[in-house]
Order: sequence, then C-alpha cells, then structure tokens
Amino acid sequence: MKEGLRQSMAWVHTWSGLLVCWLLLLVFMGGTAAYYKHEITFWMKPELHKAADAPSRVSPAESATLAVRELQQRAPKANAWFLDLPHERNPLIYASWTNPPKKGMTREERRAAFRTQNFTLDPMTGEKTAAPRDTRGGEFLYRLHFDLYYMSAIWGRWIVGIASMFMLVAIVSGVITHKRIFKDFFTFRPKKGQRSWLDAHNATAVLALPFHLMITYTGIVTLMFMYMPAPTKALYGSEQNTMFSEVFPNAERVKPAREFAPLADVAPMLLQAERAWGAAPSRVVVTNPNDANARIELHRPAGQQLSNIEPTMTFDGATGAQLSGPKPMSTSLDARAAIYGLHVAHFADPLLRALFFVCGLAGTAMVATGALLWGVKERQKYAKAIANGGKVGFGVRLVDALNIGAIAGLPIAFAAYFWANRLLPVEMAGRSNAEANWFFIAWGLAALLAQIRPTRAMWRIQLTVGGAMLAGIPVLNAFTTDTHLGVTLFGGPGLRPVAAFDLVVLALGLLLGWAAWWLGRKARKQAAAKQPTSTQTTPLEAT
Amino acid sequence: MTTLTWRYRGGVAARTLAAIGGGYVLTSIASALIAIALPLPRADAVSIATLLSFVVYTCIILWVFATASALRAWIGVVGSSAVLGAVLWLTGRMS
Repeated sequence: MKEGLRQSMAWVHTWSGLLVCWLLLLVFMGGTAAYYKHEITFWMKPELHKAADAPSRVSPAESATLAVRELQQRAPKANAWFLDLPHERNPLIYASWTNPPKKGMTREERRAAFRTQNFTLDPMTGEKTAAPRDTRGGEFLYRLHFDLYYMSAIWGRWIVGIASMFMLVAIVSGVITHKRIFKDFFTFRPKKGQRSWLDAHNATAVLALPFHLMITYTGIVTLMFMYMPAPTKALYGSEQNTMFSEVFPNAERVKPAREFAPLADVAPMLLQAERAWGAAPSRVVVTNPNDANARIELHRPAGQQLSNIEPTMTFDGATGAQLSGPKPMSTSLDARAAIYGLHVAHFADPLLRALFFVCGLAGTAMVATGALLWGVKERQKYAKAIANGGKVGFGVRLVDALNIGAIAGLPIAFAAYFWANRLLPVEMAGRSNAEANWFFIAWGLAALLAQIRPTRAMWRIQLTVGGAMLAGIPVLNAFTTDTHLGVTLFGGPGLRPVAAFDLVVLALGLLLGWAAWWLGRKARKQAAAKQPTSTQTTPLEAT
Repeated sequence: MTTLTWRYRGGVAARTLAAIGGGYVLTSIASALIAIALPLPRADAVSIATLLSFVVYTCIILWVFATASALRAWIGVVGSSAVLGAVLWLTGRMS
C-alpha cells in the first residue's frame, strides 16, 4: 500500500465491501422490505382483509372508546395499553397491552407473551374481527435487518453495526477512489464483461449515493449510544439511564400509585387533539390504566416532520385534565431525532416511500454488483489456468458460491417466508416461528447447494426458482384467500396494500426470471461461439 | 498469480488492527473530549459528540490505510490517543 491515495482507497473499498457484502445484502433486503412492514403484516393476515374493505368507518374518537371498553374487560390491570387507530397506512383498529412482568420471565418469554396480548376491531362496526393467523408479518423482516435471528438481539445489533461501519468505510473510500464520479454515471458499456459490471456498480452506487450514505450513517445512529458509549461515559458516568431520560424526554414513564381511580373518558381528548392538529391522533398510549397515576398520551400521525418523535398531547388519566407533557426538545436533540427519522422514514408519503423502496433496491443492486465484480476481476488471474483445463482458486470459488447463495438465494428465502404464511395450517402451534424457520430453511438450502456447485447453471436455477416463487405469490394468494388481485384491484382503498403487495412481488419475480433468461441466452451464445473455434478461453467474461 | 510477500501481509494485518481497534479507542477518547468541550447542556453535548464519532472513526480508518506505512499508522493512532487521553485524564482531574 505504498501506492497513491486512490489505489489505497480502492484497496480499502474492495476489502471492506467484500468482507461484509453477503450480510449487507440481507440487511439491505430486509430493511427495504421494512419500509412496507405494515402493509406486509396486513397482507400476511388475510383474515383481516374483509374488515378493511369497509365503505365507512367509525370516527377516531369512537374507535378509541370501543377499544378502551374491550381493554377494560380483557386487561384492566395492564402496565400499558397501545391503540393504533385507522389512518392512511392502517385500515383497522389495533389494540395491544403489556402486563407487569412476572418474576423469572426472560426477555424472550415476555416478548412471546406480548405477541398474544392483542386484538383487532373492525373500523366499520367496532366489532372484533376474526382472529388473524399467528404471524410476525413485516415485523420479522424489520427485526431481521438489525437483530438478525437465532441469537440474542444484542449480538445481532453488534454484528450489523460492525458491518454497517465497514459499509460506511466502503462508501467513503469508494467515492475517493472514483475520480470521474459524474462522468462515470453516464457511462454504461453493456456486454463488455467486467466493464459492464463496473459500470452497473457505479450507476447503482452513484445514482442513489446520497441515499446509501444517509441510510448507512443513520442506521448506525439508530443505535449510536450502544455502539459508541464513550461520550455518555464522559458526561454521565455510570448513570446511563439519566442520559436516556434527558435525550429521549418522551420516553419517560410515571410509576403507578397503586391506588384505584377510574379511567377518564378518552373521546373528548381525541376531539381536542384533532382540533389542535387538524388530524386525528394515530396512536393512543395509556400507561397505568385505572390507577391514580394513569397517563393518556395521544400521538400526532406521522408525515409532517422528519423527526421520528411525533408531538404528543398528554392527559391525566384519572382527572382527564391536560398535562404540559414533555418540554420541547432543543435543536441538537431534535437533529438526532431527525437523523433517526430519516432512517425509518415514517414521514414519507406514498410517492416518497416508493422512492425510498427503489433506492433500497438500488442499494441491494450496488452491493450485489460489487460482490460480482470482485469475482469477475479475480477470475482473470486464473484465465490461463482455466484455458489449460485448470480450476480457479479457493477464494474465487467461495465468493462465487456465497454470491449465488446471497444474491439468488435470499429472494428464495423471502418468497418461502410468504409461501409459508399461506400454506402452513392456520391453527398450527408456534406458527409464527415456523414461518421464520422456513425463511432460513430455504436460504440454507440455497446457500448449501451453491457451495456444492457454484456454477452458472446454479445461478440460473436459483434465479428461476426465486423468480417463480415470487411471481407465483399472486397465484398462491388467489388459491388460498378471497382477496386475490381480481378482488383487490377493484375493491376499496382498504385493500390497496394487498393489491400492491401482489403486484410488487410479481414484478420482482419477473425481474429475477428475466435475469435467469438473460444468463441462459448468454450461455447459449457462448456455446455457439465455442463450436467453430475452440480457442475461446474464459467461459464467464471477456476483458 | 502474484504471491504476496509476508512483509506485505504483515503490513495489512498491522494496519487493519490499527484501523479497527486503535481507531475505536482514539474515536472514543476524541468523542468523549468533544462531549466535554461543547458548551451545551449535557444531553445536547452527548448527542452531538456521539453523532460525530462515526464520522471521526471513518476518517481515522481511511487515514490509517492511506498513510505511507503501517508503522506511521500505528505511531499516529497511538500518539494521538496518548495526547488526547492525557488531556481527557487532566480534565477529569480538574472537574
């Protein structure tokens, strides 16, 4: 590394990118899907579709009253109640609650219990909907992209954080090494082997560069106090909780007084908030219900600011009086919340959300083309050996296999997750875990087969399988539910997410199918070219 | 295929260690100092310093690989960690 700055940065770019690219593919794909986690969850609970297709709805104040009535019966002694009221991205009334933790309960057990403590109300009638199937829906993909799976969340977060730091280094060094960043963006030399991959990598990287840089940095920021505890240590010593309550003033919770007090009526509070904001609250949180220290917190719907901390209105749950609530945040605290907010994009309207999704796909493509480029470049070193009937080195074989397993195998895993959602018996015990297991069974199988035979035929097989499984989802949906495209395309706005899901996976499936077809055509052409002159050397790429 | 010399491999390993481990230590010290130095309420200071730390870390990593030799990289990381660490220790004593 005694070369110039560009060469050393190129080296850093190559290796920091390559080492983590397969994990990053999982993170990028999961995170991209998570932009639509509510819609994915809704699609994965077909029992709720009918209720969402309601021509009219009860008002937010009525919705909250109905949900509170039901919660009073089912969980009067809960720690907190959470209500999600119908709004743009949520057609139904969702209610859930947390109980005071029992002694000796592990974190996982508490989480599992929480997943059973909820119900859904029909926004038209206020009646309880049919109980949906047990699934974690989009939440699984969202958690997967920073908690990973089959390990404690803390481990997952450190692993993803370290990989993100590699990514940040790869992006910045990639920009430094790139002297003609503007010109290169308009350069595409198709069907030129390595150069085409390089151009594709440049195009997908540069096109969405602000997004890639933003999403990587803001992703690290979401967990920054965990990754970089030194400043906290310097200013707060060991009192980390004090720091959290100062930096996240909204997260403060009052302790219960352990003295019964009937809960005040929530409807007037909702009307007051609606008058003040010009929009009905999208979320209601009741802490310590039926206690003298009850608090009712109303959240403004997202979409009016970057910060992920939405303005709230707080009421005393016993007297019904409005409280002053947390004091407004200072500029730098607001800046942190806005940087966090940029990552989760709760503010995004449908068009901007779609753009974020496309940028996420571009990020996936950037990582994928980068990984492929390494293999293509490295392979050239073996050109002579291959021509003499030899083999490529261990590194190239390993990278090829990992590339197939991640780039072509991950779509199979995602598709398998959705197929499992429709095909596993609805009443099955531990169903949501089984769905997640199918994600990894499918991925493991694809990755294993890729290791056994990392060939171009394997690329085509896996791309075809992934494409067929994704494109087949609308068909599967038609056979297993009443809300297939024939219904959802002509139904009410409540069914639009279902239709959109079917159309997007169909499009992605067709894209993978096209990639498989393109590879096949290329292989046939090369075979034809080989016939007359047997001196054609490398099977994969010409320089 | 060109084989890489052991000298080169050792250099890469030394730089990697300096970048990841040394860089993290130096970043921790530097961002703790930034947090203390910022004339703001501590919640704001801690937020800004932590937000900046990842930019600092990235720059250190890139410098470690860009500088002329692995030895220089180590001297730079250890040297600045020592100086800043001493300042941090002194500010801790004074307060």
